[in-house]
Amino acid sequence: MLFVIPEPLRDLAGSRGEVRVDGNAKSLADALALFWGSCPGVRDRILTEKGEVRPHVNIFVDGESIRFAAGLATPVHARSEIVILPALSGG
Amino acid sequence: MPEVRHVSPRNGDVLVLVGTMKGSFIFRSGRSREKWEIGGPYFAGCPVYAMTLDSRAGRQRLWAGAMSWAWGASTSFSDDFGETWSDPETSKVKFPESSGGELKQIWQITPGRDSEPDTIYCGVEPAALFVSRDAGATWSLVEGLWNHEHRPRWMPGAGGLCLHTILLDPSDEKKMRIAISAAGMYVTDDGGATWRPSNKGVRAEFLPDKYPEFGQCVHKVVQSPTAPERMYLQNHWGLYRSDDWGESWSDVANGVPSDFGFAMAVHPEDPDTAWIVPLESDGFRCTPEGKLRVYRTRDGAGSWKPMTRGLPQKGALETVLRDSLAVDPLDPVGVYFGTRSGKLFGSSDEGKSWELMADGLPPIVSVRAAVVSKPRRKAK
Repeated sequence: MLFVIPEPLRDLAGSRGEVRVDGNAKSLADALALFWGSCPGVRDRILTEKGEVRPHVNIFVDGESIRFAAGLATPVHARSEIVILPALSGG
Repeated sequence: MPEVRHVSPRNGDVLVLVGTMKGSFIFRSGRSREKWEIGGPYFAGCPVYAMTLDSRAGRQRLWAGAMSWAWGASTSFSDDFGETWSDPETSKVKFPESSGGELKQIWQITPGRDSEPDTIYCGVEPAALFVSRDAGATWSLVEGLWNHEHRPRWMPGAGGLCLHTILLDPSDEKKMRIAISAAGMYVTDDGGATWRPSNKGVRAEFLPDKYPEFGQCVHKVVQSPTAPERMYLQNHWGLYRSDDWGESWSDVANGVPSDFGFAMAVHPEDPDTAWIVPLESDGFRCTPEGKLRVYRTRDGAGSWKPMTRGLPQKGALETVLRDSLAVDPLDPVGVYFGTRSGKLFGSSDEGKSWELMADGLPPIVSVRAAVVSKPRRKAK
């Protein structure tokens, strides 16, 4: 699985724009758990203390927003591309 | 992102820390307070509701609480007056998963007493208090307040359910007070394990019972540094004074155009001197009659007088929020305030006359003033 990291979070991902994660993951939640293993600092920027995706963070799995799929239960596979982006808000 | 400028303060310089809805700024001047150098914006794009300078134990550490719309709220500190800031992961204010809380905003960062130089308190939304005992390296939730039996009945004000005021008993590390909108004031006598409401005499205009035990929408409380039993309270309707550490309150809206408002500051030496900026009403949160007036008392709120020299007195429909009025510790005292329209005003003569320090800033939500002091020992 390939995680694509937005610019503001790259310092928390070892200055990387892309992070490849290997392991057994059936859902986005599984994939994120693997991802936190290599980039633990990103977790609290993406998820709230309750473990929910922050309201102004969008995650796309293979081009589809997880808001229109199954959220953290959205299925992934070994070659999934997971893109993290800030939503259209703020300023 | 905008170009960031930095200031280079020297010992004895005055700093005015300005938090806005789109980042924070540092204003620096010598003791004359005539010319100001501006640093920032820091945390560009992020609301900064809380800033402070921690000068204890030889530190000159700036703290800021910034909220990213996407990535959440976090605290950061700078030991070089803003040139570099700590990573949010370094000093994390975060609810334990078991608490069910989710951090929305950092509202207040308050260094502890001189006797506890590594203690820092942090008030947040949803209303909760965090404490660090290691100079901000780690933080923990004050469970006694979070689990208070009243908490399910606290209601958010327009700014959210926020803990915005932290007042310490300087001589007793077990005693402190906090204020929450809209829950009122609470006091602990046992270091935070238990809390009791402290709102006797404070009106709740918006409730059927006008003088409930708790539920008041307290906007700001200030405490005299030299006579800490003396406090002033700006309520959502109501202006009060206490001479018994906040155990009871008396109405002192003597001669003000409105007893609605947010901002308050008390003189660093004289407990009888304080400043407020009255607003017309909760329905129209602007300065009355289009006149921007700071009101000052010199007699413990027996009377209030408008201080207007240098302030616009026509068409000035301004709003000054709860943390946007501050004083420095010099003699004469410098007074500073910021408006939601992005104007920063300063007075170097205790409010007698005012200068426009900056215009065109983003909406100002917090102002703090401090003097840079020479480190007495190495910072931790």
